[in-house]
Parts: sequence; structure tokens; C-alpha cells
Amino acid sequence: MTTATGDHIVKSYDEELQRLTGEIQRMGDLALTELEAAIAAVIERDTEAAERIVKSDAEVDALELEVSHDVIRLLALRQPMARDLREVMAALRIASDIERIGDYAANVAKRAIALNQVAPVRPVYALPRLAEIAADLIREVLAAYHDRDADRALLAWARDEELDVLYTSMFRELLTYMMEDPRNITPCTHLLFMAKNIERIGDHATNIAENIYFLVHGTQIGLSRRKGDQSSSVTMTAP
Amino acid sequence: MTSQLALSTPVVGSASRPADAAAAPKMSARNLNFYYDGFHALKDVSLDIAEKRVTALIGPSGCGKSTLLRIFNRIYAIYPKLEARGEVMLDGENILDAKYPLNRLRSKVGMVFQKPVPFPMSIYENIAYAIRHYEKLSKAEMDVRVEQALQQGALWNEVKDKLKQSALGLSGGQQQRLCIARAVALKPDVLLLDEPTSALDPIATGKIEQLVAELKDHYTIAIVTHNMQQAARCSDYTAFMYLGELVEFGETEKLFTKPVKQQTEDYITGRFG
Repeated sequence: MTTATGDHIVKSYDEELQRLTGEIQRMGDLALTELEAAIAAVIERDTEAAERIVKSDAEVDALELEVSHDVIRLLALRQPMARDLREVMAALRIASDIERIGDYAANVAKRAIALNQVAPVRPVYALPRLAEIAADLIREVLAAYHDRDADRALLAWARDEELDVLYTSMFRELLTYMMEDPRNITPCTHLLFMAKNIERIGDHATNIAENIYFLVHGTQIGLSRRKGDQSSSVTMTAP
Repeated sequence: MTSQLALSTPVVGSASRPADAAAAPKMSARNLNFYYDGFHALKDVSLDIAEKRVTALIGPSGCGKSTLLRIFNRIYAIYPKLEARGEVMLDGENILDAKYPLNRLRSKVGMVFQKPVPFPMSIYENIAYAIRHYEKLSKAEMDVRVEQALQQGALWNEVKDKLKQSALGLSGGQQQRLCIARAVALKPDVLLLDEPTSALDPIATGKIEQLVAELKDHYTIAIVTHNMQQAARCSDYTAFMYLGELVEFGETEKLFTKPVKQQTEDYITGRFG
């Protein structure tokens, strides 16, 4: 892990900051595994696995509480300044984003359980591609956090647009299926929510990237990100 | 290193100030050098103390921050073998000029030290003593001035019924506020505070910090402190000094959140070896 230039005079301060970074990494790895397992459960129509994923989200939530506790302790006891303060604030914010990512992954798993109760529909196969990009973004921002690499974070930040574009196209596709046959409405609605959940995961990954950038440079990214999610303006006419 | 970090353009300080309140320099040190018996204690320091703002001087022991503060009212002049070179301008005049009368300087620039030093006399007399030195006032006028000073020192309510009692009977925090009241009684332009809370408990410290926040509406304040959180809380501008040099000077908020110099970052984050 690369932090500031040297060690603190008080060694335990360094240990506390490292512990915080470790917790964030662990949270990130867990949330990523949750997302990948949720998608596998959808494709394999594995209800038991989906139920396990829903339960496992509690671990991410518990880690977020640990991060909050450690941040409060650090603020109270160390009164961090400058880069240290940004480290602590970034950890708090990133933890909250990862916790949301975990929630969305758990929601995908929860809907997989419902989806398994109806006949399979074709658009389900578009979901892994969407999840793959989201997982890639998470991996990238976690690596950027590990290396305190603002450039890498910035690249991931810009890539969220890909996810948005893909989500919009999936949205259109699902609408078409629903219009074709009303029996598709139930599974396609679940899929629509799953796709939205994954799209939101991408947004949280960009938040993490923004926090890494702030941590390293002490300034906000300051560029406005192009939004590729056009689903709010998509309209379909009945065939 | 030549420290040319003076605040050349007015910069608005803390968020509590309206954006249009420009901070013009009240005191300006230019290429200031100071020698203790041959030891070069301050090296080419240039900085501005903004009017009606709080400027904090921070840095490790021996960095020259207290020395700099003491030059601002030439208190070093009482010791032999000390020499200041350069300029310290106050209202357009160089206070280091031997012709600048010390009496006038001391009435314009008040000082409060680390350890409260009340005079061994009554609370009332502690304030009146200094005023009498400069002005001839009637008893009634003096009463008003003493009350005003104690009000400004945030001490009046605690001592108004015992003005005749010895100041030595006050608590440490009260004594320090008495010293601040004594300094402001002369209606100075600038108030220098040399680690004013380092001998006080947290409650007394809080009262002094609140007092500083109130006093900056009327006075230009420079404060030396070892407590970085205090500097961050109380000041509009902060100067970080190291080994007699001014390393970094700027708005407090920036200096404590995103300092420019690595040395400053290392010091404020506790990484200084």
C-alpha cells in the first residue's frame, strides 16, 4: 500500500490507517464475489446459491460498521490532517459505496430466486455481459485504491459510460420482449430491475474512483462524466 | 532558502468572514533575519500579518516562531547581543528602526505569554496600571476603561464583584484572560499571543479560543501555538516555520487540508523525524 511519504512518529497511527485500508479491500473483494456469484446463480438457475448470497451480504454490512467505528476512533484520537484526513474520509465514503454495491448484488440474487420460479427467457443471457463490465469497474477501482493510483481510478471512472449504454440497450430489448408476449412481463421486469441494479453498481464504482482521485490530489475530478443511461427517455409504441 | 511567501494579494480567510471583507496586511516582515549571539535564528523571512485576521505561526520547537513573534514588538531589545535585520512595517513605518519609539510600539502591539503573568496587585489595578502609563484619566473614565477591557477579555462577569481582590487569586485560565484584557486595555492594533493556552486546561483553552474569535473583529492577531488543531480552528492564515525559515504560508484551510510543501505535510500529519 502506498500512503504518504513516511511513517508517523506514532507507529500505532500507521497501523490504524493500514487496518482501515485492509477493511476496505476486504469489503471490496466480498462485494465483487457477491456480484459474480449472483450472476452465476441467475444463469445456472441455482436457488440455493442465490439464497446463500443474500445471506452473505451481512458480512459486507458488518465490515462497513467496522470501518465507521474505526473512522470515528481515528478522528477522535488522531485528529488527522491533510492527506491523513483525506485517507480517513475516503475510507468512510468508499465503505458506504461498497456496502451499496453489496446490497445491489444481493438484490440481483434475490430476484434470481423469483426468476427461477418461471420459465427461462432469452434476454437473461445479456445480463452477464452487463455484470462483467460492472465487476471489471469494481476490480479496477479496488486496484486503484490499493495503489493510490488516481490515473487508474480516472480511467475506470470514464468507463462507466459503457455500462450505461449497454443498460439502455438491454432496457429496450426487455421492453420488446414484454410487448411481444405478456407472459414475459414477470421475468422481464425482474431482469429489468437486475440490470438497473448492475447499472447502479457502476455508479458506485465511479463514486469510489472520485474518492480515490480526491484522496490522492486533494481536489475533485472536476470533469462532468458523460451519462450513457438513456433509458429514462426511451419510449416504445405498441406493435 | 529565500522565503518570499508574503501574502501579496488580499485573500479572504475563514468561512465565517464575508467574501467581500478583504484582508489587507497590517504588519509586514520583509527579509527578516535574526541573530542570537551569532546564531542565525531567522533566515530571510517575509510574511504579512493580515488586518483583523488571526495568523497562526506553527512549527517544531526551535523553528523561530516565537522569535518572530517577539520581533513584532521588539521585546528582544531588552536582551543584549540580539540583532534583527530587515524590515517589519506597521502602518507604513519600520518598527525595527531604532528611532521608532518603543513606548509607541508597545502600545500598538500588545503581547500575551505562555504563562499568565498577572501583576501582584488587584484585578482592577492590573488593568489600570498599564493605562495610567499612557493616559491620564479620571476615576470614572478609568472605571469605564477597566470594565471595557475586562468585558473584552471575557472576564467581567466573573470578577466584577471582586475587582479589589488580588489577581493572583484567579485561576490560571482567568489569569490568562486578565492578561489579554490588560493587553487590549491599551487599545492596541495588534495582539501577539505566544502559546497562550499551553498552560491551561481544555475548558479554559476553549474560553481563550472563543475570546480570540471575538477579538479578531477589532484586532489583528498573531498566535504561536504548538497545538495544530488550535491553529486550524482559530486562525485565518497559517505560517509553517522550520529551522528559522518560513516554509509555507497561506490560508489555514488550505494549509491544513492540502499543503503545498512536503515538509508542511509531514509536520502537520505527525511524520516529522
